[in-house]
Amino acid sequence: MIKYIVKRLLLMVPTLLGVAVLIFFLMRVVPGDIVELRFMGDSAFASKDNLDKERARLGLDRPLWQQFVTWMTGIIRFDFGTSMWTGAPIIEEIKLRAALSFQLAVMATFIAVVLAIPLGVVAALKQDTWVDYAVRIFSIAGLATPSFWLGIVFILMLLIVFKWLPPMVYTPFWVDPWQNMLQLIWPALAVGYRYSAVATRMTRSAMLEVLREDYIRTARAKGLWQKLILSRHALKNAMLPVLTVVALEFAFLMGGLVVTEQVFNLNGLGMLFVESVARRDYTLTQALVMLVAFVFIFVNFAVDLMYAWLDPRIRFR
Amino acid sequence: MAGRVGRRLGLAGALLALAVAATPAAAQDKPRYGGELIFAVPSEMPSYDGHREGTFGMVHPLAPHYNTLLRSDPNDRSGTKIVPDLAESWTASSDGRVYTLKLRRGVRFHDGSEMTSKDVKASYDKIVFPPPNVGSQRKGQYTNVEAIEAPDAATIVFRLKWPQASFLTSLASPYNWIYKADILAKDIRWYETNVMGTGPFLFVEHVKGSHWVGKKNPGYWDKGKPYLDGYRAIFMKDSASQVAAVRAERAHIQFRGFAPAERDTLVGALGKKITVQESPWDCAAWVAINQDKKPFDDKRVRRAMTLALDRYQASQALSKIAVVKEVAGVQVPGTPYATPPNELEKLAGYWRDIKKSRAEAKRLLKEAGVPEGFAFTFMNRGLPMPYEPVGIWLIDQWRQVGLNATMQTIEASQHVTELRNGNFTVSSDAQCGYSVEPDLDLAKFQSRDISHSNYGRYTDRVLDDLYQKQSRTLDPEERKRYVREFERRLLDEEAHTFITLQWHRIVPYNAKVRGWTVTPSHYLNQQLDAIWLAE
Amino acid sequence: MAIQRAATSDIPDVSARRRWLTEIGDFCRRRPLGAIGAAVVAINILVGAGAELIAPYDPLATDYGAMLAAPSAAHWLGTDAFGRDVLSRIVYGSRTAMLVGFACAFFGATIGAVIGVTSAYFGGRVDLLIQRVNDIFLAFPLIILALAVVAILGTGITNVIMAITIPMIPRAALVARSSALAIRELPYVDAARAAGFRHRRIILRHMLPNVMAPYLIMLTAYLGQAILAEASLTFLGLGVSEPTAAWGLMLRGAAVQFAEAAPWMAIFPGLAISLAVFAFNLFGDSLRDALDPRLKTQ
Repeated sequence: MIKYIVKRLLLMVPTLLGVAVLIFFLMRVVPGDIVELRFMGDSAFASKDNLDKERARLGLDRPLWQQFVTWMTGIIRFDFGTSMWTGAPIIEEIKLRAALSFQLAVMATFIAVVLAIPLGVVAALKQDTWVDYAVRIFSIAGLATPSFWLGIVFILMLLIVFKWLPPMVYTPFWVDPWQNMLQLIWPALAVGYRYSAVATRMTRSAMLEVLREDYIRTARAKGLWQKLILSRHALKNAMLPVLTVVALEFAFLMGGLVVTEQVFNLNGLGMLFVESVARRDYTLTQALVMLVAFVFIFVNFAVDLMYAWLDPRIRFR
Repeated sequence: MAGRVGRRLGLAGALLALAVAATPAAAQDKPRYGGELIFAVPSEMPSYDGHREGTFGMVHPLAPHYNTLLRSDPNDRSGTKIVPDLAESWTASSDGRVYTLKLRRGVRFHDGSEMTSKDVKASYDKIVFPPPNVGSQRKGQYTNVEAIEAPDAATIVFRLKWPQASFLTSLASPYNWIYKADILAKDIRWYETNVMGTGPFLFVEHVKGSHWVGKKNPGYWDKGKPYLDGYRAIFMKDSASQVAAVRAERAHIQFRGFAPAERDTLVGALGKKITVQESPWDCAAWVAINQDKKPFDDKRVRRAMTLALDRYQASQALSKIAVVKEVAGVQVPGTPYATPPNELEKLAGYWRDIKKSRAEAKRLLKEAGVPEGFAFTFMNRGLPMPYEPVGIWLIDQWRQVGLNATMQTIEASQHVTELRNGNFTVSSDAQCGYSVEPDLDLAKFQSRDISHSNYGRYTDRVLDDLYQKQSRTLDPEERKRYVREFERRLLDEEAHTFITLQWHRIVPYNAKVRGWTVTPSHYLNQQLDAIWLAE
Repeated sequence: MAIQRAATSDIPDVSARRRWLTEIGDFCRRRPLGAIGAAVVAINILVGAGAELIAPYDPLATDYGAMLAAPSAAHWLGTDAFGRDVLSRIVYGSRTAMLVGFACAFFGATIGAVIGVTSAYFGGRVDLLIQRVNDIFLAFPLIILALAVVAILGTGITNVIMAITIPMIPRAALVARSSALAIRELPYVDAARAAGFRHRRIILRHMLPNVMAPYLIMLTAYLGQAILAEASLTFLGLGVSEPTAAWGLMLRGAAVQFAEAAPWMAIFPGLAISLAVFAFNLFGDSLRDALDPRLKTQ
């Protein structure tokens, strides 16, 4: 097991390195220039030497490879540098936003799982009946509704019907749980619905596979509930693909909720992403990409470990 | 306007008229002390240094912490009347080359130390003569400043190389906050990450991406002010969220402005609880034409492009859906150097008879050898308001004289770069001023070797000469003539570039907010010292 | 990586070819939901293809005399802020959506399948290398890829298609690879190799047809995803540009501002998106059930 873990950890390194190279050069290929943006181009008074001065200050006048080496040596020491736009340490820029994104991801996951597992199991047990159809329509509708659209509808409904709006500013959960929940429950519901759709479908198909196992089929005569009870051990295995989907979706939520954050005015990583790219803030964008990639890779690793633990054959593959 | 919407909009309009009418009376009420003003800010500052940055996302939250030497009168709707702030009075020499300002005494910084001419000199030296490692965004505006002197603690003198009609306006620039000299001497970049001024409000906290908080400065030099206990600026990027916040009364105001539909929604939902102030905006939706590209080097083609536009119809139609309204020349209507309507109607593209105008456009195109159905790409900035509606309108108008444009929307950040590098044929362009002043608004249209934002890429020495003349003429009437001549050459004779419509600033806000006057610039009048909240 | 296994359990390997015609009849009878989905998809395609015949107005024609008109006999679904007919724009928008949907799904699934199968077939170092590159793209945030493509190439339908397709490829490659791994070990592939057939021929003639079922399932799943992705990108201002008729475009800007005064501007394009994606998913789901021999024995 230890050997397997070490091997998997080592495999992360080339992937992360690849991501680093890709984002570093991608950002520099994208046209646009942070210095020009800052000293806004529309004004005739933006002088050239002002721009050059700022470029030199940000180190953008140095050869690319030097910039890359500086960045990489920083990362090795867990020093992500400062944001080119605000000049503040990157850790500081990300900290608060990451807390919000993380909490939202956890809440959405919770909602999704609570909805998905019972619905998926029931749909599988009652395959091809109206129950199954209803669950499938409900879950496919979740996939088919753009979550930003759902968000706009939520907000308009709260405004028009209840003349009320969720709090505008993020309060950490430990400071004021009530305010915190009032703000985040709505986006969590909007995101959680789509997310639950993905998970419900996976639960259903995984359950169908389990129900197909011979020992369960022979128990068919004994009635539905016994079937369910019989399948309980197997359910553990059926949950593995569900877990995978949930985990990967979770990793995605950590940086991918751009439109939802915009609609609900949330100060999360998704909007920070879009803004840092729009400003051509290389250092911040790079750090964010590395963070999101790391979360993704780590979640994968965790899921794999779980598989390996449950199914020893995998380790020897 | 058909059916239900028509009626709704009509109703909103009636309520709006009511709300606007109610404002002057409300302004005469006796100010009330207390309360926290909450406002939404659609953008966020990169650093805290006003001399360095340009965004209103810095001005709105930070201006209340500072004072400038002079400022635009907070009660003047044109934003062009200059009144004292830290300088009590001023005199100019007869040749217009020496300005002497007397400073207010007894003004204290938030750390308790006294503000003197030393601080003013240090601040202006930083703006005008920045050291090598310091960025000063508007340095180019002060190229004629020869020296800044502080003969005594209460006097500051500016010596100019040549006279400049706009110099007092430059001293009232909403960015030119007075910093403390001792701090600048120790660390000239200290103000990029810290706040310490003389203004009516003290700094409390800034949570990145979230909000900015200020509280009342009890030792403010202007006795009896400010009225508010404090303020809270909430950063909100999405305009729908801002509208929702005002509607749910979670924010009082968003000072930059809303779209017409958003105004109508707010007025429709809250009625008398909403006050609306509107003003022509010191921003205009321009069209840049790259004269390096054929056939746009031919002024007949460019003239045809502006003649094709029915600005008067657009003013009516687009003002319902976008933040554009006034048909205007190179200066904001209602300000001293604005074009009078009868003169405006003589310019190409401003004729009252659109049929005649389009016939002339077609004739010019034919004469220039541009075939019917000529196709080109119109590059548009990737911001929805007002670029997208104006772009849709432009394409439709050009179609009507046989020009077949397709719109290519470019991410806003990239748009600047493409404009600068000339990677376009025709593009949307905006000219936004932070003070209404021909020097500021016209500078970018000088020849390409003078102006870095001359996106037409032309060289026109006559135009440069006119710019200089209007800038150095101290007599207002004579200056007006030069501005008109500049305008005629830019928009009509050469048609280097042209304006579609003036932007229109619409600020619907909670009626509890009193003592604030809209101006044509969303950079002005943000000190919040005179604002108070009614019961 | 973990997704491999998610993929294998999601999408089964199928080893026999299908007799498609009888399948279709069978499919409709056994999977009514899927059949409904397929019908809606077909309608969408037809509407998109015959937009000129169906749309009552030119989708680009502005009419400043009829701005924001409510649904009426003249404009069944009302008009937008420029007086453009909403129904006509939805009809033409269907063309944009189908174009983006099919192009993305086809290129995404096909390129992915070729990469995945190649990787599985050669195994060893080639496989390892391809998998590492794949990992990099998988870990890379989707939004950044899309932003970068749009920023480098500009907006417009072709570029939006690229922005959506690129992130699909590594995901499709994973699915295809795991299906192909199973086939690779089958006797007839060994036999083909022993008979000295060229790699290309073996991959094209023997392996690709055998990953047809997961390929088709991916294709239908990606169709819906692509349409949604296009709407989201456009909503953020990174998709197709005005005045092109596109559903995502119809939902932003004025549609939000006039949400109360002129709700038809937002409701109908929103419905169009949901209905199309819903139908694609319904069809895709049933297709998966139908192509999965193990589920079929139920």
